[in-house]
Amino acid sequence: MSLLIKNVKVLGEAAQDVLIQDQKIVEVKPAGKISNAEEVIDAKDKVLLPGLVDLHTHLRQPGREDAETVFSGARAAACGGYTAVHAMANTNPVADTAGVVEQVYRLGEDTGLVSVHPVGAVTVSLAGSQLAELKAMADSKAKVRIFSDDGKCVEDSVIMRRALEYVKAFNGVVAQHAQESRLSANGQMNESALSATLGLTGWPNVAEEAIVARDILLCELVDSRLHICHASTKGTVELLARAKDKQINVTAEVTPHHLLLDEDFVKDYNPVFKVNPPLRHKDDVLALREALASGVIDVVATDHAPHPLEDKETEWASAAFGMLGLENALSVVVTVMVQGGKFSWRDVARVMSEKPAEIAGHQDQGQTIEPGAIANLCLVDPNIEYQVDARNSFSLSRNNPYHGMKLISKPILTIHKGKITFREKAIK
Amino acid sequence: MKHLYSINNLNASEAISILDTAKSMAEVGGKSVKKLPTLLGRTVVNLFFEDSTRTRISFEAAAKRLSADVITFSAKGSSVSKGENLKDTAQTLEAIGADAVVIRHWASGAAQTLANSGWINSRVINAGDGTHEHPTQALLDAYTLRETLAPGQKDLSGIKVGIVGDILHSRVARSNVLLLSLLKAECVLIAPPTLLPIGVNTWNCQASFNLDEALPELDAVMMLRVQQERMNAAYFPNAREYARDFGLNAKRLEAMKPNSIVLHPGPMNRGMEITAEVADSPRSLITSQVTNGVSVRMSVLYHLLSGVAE
Repeated sequence: MSLLIKNVKVLGEAAQDVLIQDQKIVEVKPAGKISNAEEVIDAKDKVLLPGLVDLHTHLRQPGREDAETVFSGARAAACGGYTAVHAMANTNPVADTAGVVEQVYRLGEDTGLVSVHPVGAVTVSLAGSQLAELKAMADSKAKVRIFSDDGKCVEDSVIMRRALEYVKAFNGVVAQHAQESRLSANGQMNESALSATLGLTGWPNVAEEAIVARDILLCELVDSRLHICHASTKGTVELLARAKDKQINVTAEVTPHHLLLDEDFVKDYNPVFKVNPPLRHKDDVLALREALASGVIDVVATDHAPHPLEDKETEWASAAFGMLGLENALSVVVTVMVQGGKFSWRDVARVMSEKPAEIAGHQDQGQTIEPGAIANLCLVDPNIEYQVDARNSFSLSRNNPYHGMKLISKPILTIHKGKITFREKAIK
Repeated sequence: MKHLYSINNLNASEAISILDTAKSMAEVGGKSVKKLPTLLGRTVVNLFFEDSTRTRISFEAAAKRLSADVITFSAKGSSVSKGENLKDTAQTLEAIGADAVVIRHWASGAAQTLANSGWINSRVINAGDGTHEHPTQALLDAYTLRETLAPGQKDLSGIKVGIVGDILHSRVARSNVLLLSLLKAECVLIAPPTLLPIGVNTWNCQASFNLDEALPELDAVMMLRVQQERMNAAYFPNAREYARDFGLNAKRLEAMKPNSIVLHPGPMNRGMEITAEVADSPRSLITSQVTNGVSVRMSVLYHLLSGVAE
């Protein structure tokens, strides 16, 4: 099977023809130079990116198949331009053994839509007290390299230190959900003048920054690899910048929602905006954008967190934390960063594909678009403006914070290992 | 005004109109037959997800004096404790025929969510939501202040009110700050720094850490209940130290203006934020507040259900 993408702006630059044969890209030439293929897609004015890679995805299976399954999440991912996702460990049972991560991995393979890479828990049952069998997960068919208790913070300093040391044996990375629990106890939203007015318990920036600061020091001490999940504050950005100046091996992600939305969305107590870490102050949002532009924050990761309607259709305090992200992430990044003049398409490829693939250690993702590369690709219509409709989703859940907003650009075709996994209806 | 989930639902003239109507309603309370036919055939549901005997019976009395049918739904021992949610409970009560829902909830924002969610068509009155607001308490406080300190005046201009205690966790304080500012009174919040909210400097009021400095300028002081369990969370070292600096005793009462008054939303911790001597003094209007509460709530029900304010 051969597939020709004609006249496409590779990374938003000069128009080229890209020929895919079976799993691989076999030819890339200036537009008009390739003509023969079984299927030809005219991609004039469209942008071709390497397939997107998400380091932070909650697929909910096993345990909460009412919220999402590996299959429904994989469809949402393909629709969002993703060719690889990393399934977080806070399932039920927790992904803290080789058995569970292999199950999730196999479910992912069965979808044939995206590569599903399970994230392993750092500690047994995410309880924070005993290391999970990290090596067994690394050696399993799932070849786990990213370990995280996400949803919970690894708070014990000794456990965190040991985890960072232990994963060095197999080039693993510990992805920390940075949240000091006492400082953020019962936290319902960002601590600010607004939380005081709304009477909602605050979750202050310092609860994140205290852990980020400690973990950077631990990472330096044991010379390992640390990844900060969903960085949300200006102070975290400052700590990361200092760590990078000192060549400490720390990477960080920011979510699309922390790039676009601020705490003002909480004003009406609509629980779709309840998320952890919380939506922050405008100044934090601006600092996160700058940090992503400068490389202090390495990647965009969705923290796609599906919840069924009943867990969101309630008073604020009873609602679950989390929001969807896979289907709109690229649009948000383009709307905020490219339209905002901070990003070229090369930068989009860097933070949504190349860097995440590098952090996770995947050879077949985030590659340069050239002959010989595995055909994991995402074709984007850069000019389309659309209004987000939460009902129109492959996810089983509807907690989409962008509902009703206008976003710019959209993935229209996704190719995973040479196979089309998503195609916007309008594309022939 | 369709709902009253926050003082922000009111403009100044609506607030004054509620106080004026409350005054007419108060006259009913003075008669031997304490009843008006105004809301005959209407149903008011008291939906209480949190215990509050005082507020519940005050709303019950108010609705009954206006001849409304009253259904009281208390979360304890009901389907709510079996996992039924706010939406189902409210819809069930509306299906029974509620015209207004008076809701007390432990979660901040619950009344606003119920009012704006589209789950029900009834009028919603907030009887206290978490640490957010308690608008009818602020209205009854304003009524008490106006009757005592500014008779004949429409608003509360020229009056300075101190609110003392656990501002951070107080829905009474939040509603009062909004309403006092709407009615042009001056307001000062007095508490140790740990019990003042972040960003209090952006509120329409002053803030102080020192009760003794603030007292001589006040026309009224509103003492808030301070829960003993706050000291376990290190908001202050112990009850004695708190009472020493922020408790209202006879000596402090003397330091106030001669005609100044003492309010408390209740229930009181005698010996903690207020001594028995002060609570029972003639300048304490704590029981008048309870009486006025019924009149003000009658007025609110009347405004919401008879469409006068529309």
